[in-house]
Amino acid sequence: MWEYTDKVREHFLNPKNAGEIENPDGVAEVGSIACGDALKLSFKLDENKRIADAKFKTFGCASAIASASALTEILKGKTVEEAMKITNQDIADYLGGLPPEKMHCSVLGQEALEKAIENYRGVSHKKPEEEIVCVCFGVTDGEIERAVRQNHLTTVEEVTNYTKAGGGCGNCHEKIQAIIDRVYATKRAEEGPAERPKLSNIQKIRMIEETIEREIRPSLKHDGGDIELVDVVGNRVLVAMRGACATCQASQATMKGFVEWKLKEFVSPELVVEEVAS
Amino acid sequence: MRTVYLDNNATTMVAKEVLDEMLPFFHDYYGNPSSMHSFGGQVARKVTEARQRIASLIGAKPEEIIFTSCGTESDNTAIMSALANNPGKNHIITSRVEHPAVKVLCEHLAQKGYRVTMLSVDTEGRLDMDEYEASLTPDTAIASIMWANNETGVIFPVEKAARLARERGIRFHTDAVQAVGKIPINMKSNAIDMLSLSGHKLHAPKGVGVLYVRKGTRFSPFLIGGHQEKGRRGGTENVPSIIALGKACELAAANMEKENTYVKALRDRLETELLKAIPQSRVNGTREDRLPNTTNISFEFIEGESILLLMDQYGICASSGSACTSGSLQPSHVLRAMGVPYTMAHGSVRFSLSVYNTDEDIDLVIKELPPIIEKLRVLSPYWATTQGACATA
Repeated sequence: MWEYTDKVREHFLNPKNAGEIENPDGVAEVGSIACGDALKLSFKLDENKRIADAKFKTFGCASAIASASALTEILKGKTVEEAMKITNQDIADYLGGLPPEKMHCSVLGQEALEKAIENYRGVSHKKPEEEIVCVCFGVTDGEIERAVRQNHLTTVEEVTNYTKAGGGCGNCHEKIQAIIDRVYATKRAEEGPAERPKLSNIQKIRMIEETIEREIRPSLKHDGGDIELVDVVGNRVLVAMRGACATCQASQATMKGFVEWKLKEFVSPELVVEEVAS
Repeated sequence: MRTVYLDNNATTMVAKEVLDEMLPFFHDYYGNPSSMHSFGGQVARKVTEARQRIASLIGAKPEEIIFTSCGTESDNTAIMSALANNPGKNHIITSRVEHPAVKVLCEHLAQKGYRVTMLSVDTEGRLDMDEYEASLTPDTAIASIMWANNETGVIFPVEKAARLARERGIRFHTDAVQAVGKIPINMKSNAIDMLSLSGHKLHAPKGVGVLYVRKGTRFSPFLIGGHQEKGRRGGTENVPSIIALGKACELAAANMEKENTYVKALRDRLETELLKAIPQSRVNGTREDRLPNTTNISFEFIEGESILLLMDQYGICASSGSACTSGSLQPSHVLRAMGVPYTMAHGSVRFSLSVYNTDEDIDLVIKELPPIIEKLRVLSPYWATTQGACATA
């Protein structure tokens, strides 16, 4: 039996926003009955271009139903630009976590959302340059690479948990490993030499400030938000969120998924970001 | 909340009589049956009695019974023994719908260089006997085919298959874990060389099994060690569980008629009423040659784990062949071998009954399951499309 959180159980037993929206602004259907789960997502915008309503229909297990229900709840009230930033991890976090083998349910949610937004924008979601790696579940190299990058996956088993790729006949395991190797090879090249010199406190604070200025602040400002460095205590980076970020429900996800990730990448992997009241 | 246990092919309740029989052998009579003193000797006598009771249920001789730790050990021992005793032969025959205890072992042996024939089944889950007969070759070391399938309950013609094997001097093993205690078995009147059974499928505890080895069959032990089981299986006997299994076999013999009348009637009512109440549902596996306690029903366009978790709210216990419950990402290998379409395979539920089930148990499922199916179908993106298609057709 799966160990589901109370929140997963609640969203499974009493799903929110089940159904389909008539004349939706954006709609998409992902997955297939052969794969064992499928999700149809539709949303409608209000006059301020915020998502007024989102509905889902799911064929799948308890966590697939709960993930879809959670996604529609997260979506409501967001602009399309904000919605685009929702990741599968946000869906899993909203549910208090999913068993590792069930993470693909949250990935399905993110995929449906991306395609529904593409549908709204009238962009074709065909990605002809992508090649199917997992024949059993029809997963492409691009989908695997995105899951690896976004969720920092390092093993074939993790890729299977997140994308289902490799969960059938197993013939594609070598190809999946090659994609993982490729992602980390390019990442290492981007990051420069693996050995980082030990930083003094002054150097660390300076690098954190530079990284915030260069890598983080521009993205936040783009959404009308901002960030302020309050203090650095050992490896704890204390920050305050400003502007739109201060009132945004997703700011916790931004903190961990974006700010901390960038600081780990550019300054030191030991850093932990904490939000403080200002 | 009352538990309505309809998952007896997974495991069974240890019967009260069985528990009473085994309990004294933990604290009071804990002697080793191999010991020379009478404290151990009295335990050895109870093990002998258990061996007789088990032999009696399947029409075997007591010396043909070897105690093991589980059905999987029995299956592994049988197949490895046949290979060890036929050193020049490189071919194994089995079916695509075996329990993992046989299937995965055979896949492993295929990687080691053995040639393995996995026999197919038809859409009703029946073995193709012509394919079986054609696959028997002078190079075949063993054929291993289950007596009854754990997921569908379909019974295979193993006695005929064993006869065909014997005519060609080929060893025949059957995994009878699901059959023993549910249907009559008489080893005196068939040509099966080895048979596996498991305690916890017939109201004895988990952790005890038996391998039947016909007298005169060449045998090599799997566990090598002490002289227990006449050197055929090393390791101190699991005395309380062996005694329990003896009692359980005695009970099973007494309940055999009830299993095939009372339990069968409950199963048939459950099946008929569910098919009547729920559209686009169907039984997987032939309804003719089938265990009396098992039904495997598919509910189209929904997923099994969701059905199980919603039934769990009412204390109803069953199993599913869906991907999410199989521990892999693919639906059950049995349903796939039968060619059950994906729309049906993911929504399969197995109910397996026992003599301890009641009419009230069946009433509860008949009352609660149709709305559960309806609730999930309303959520399913495929259901509406199909309904529309049906309406216009």
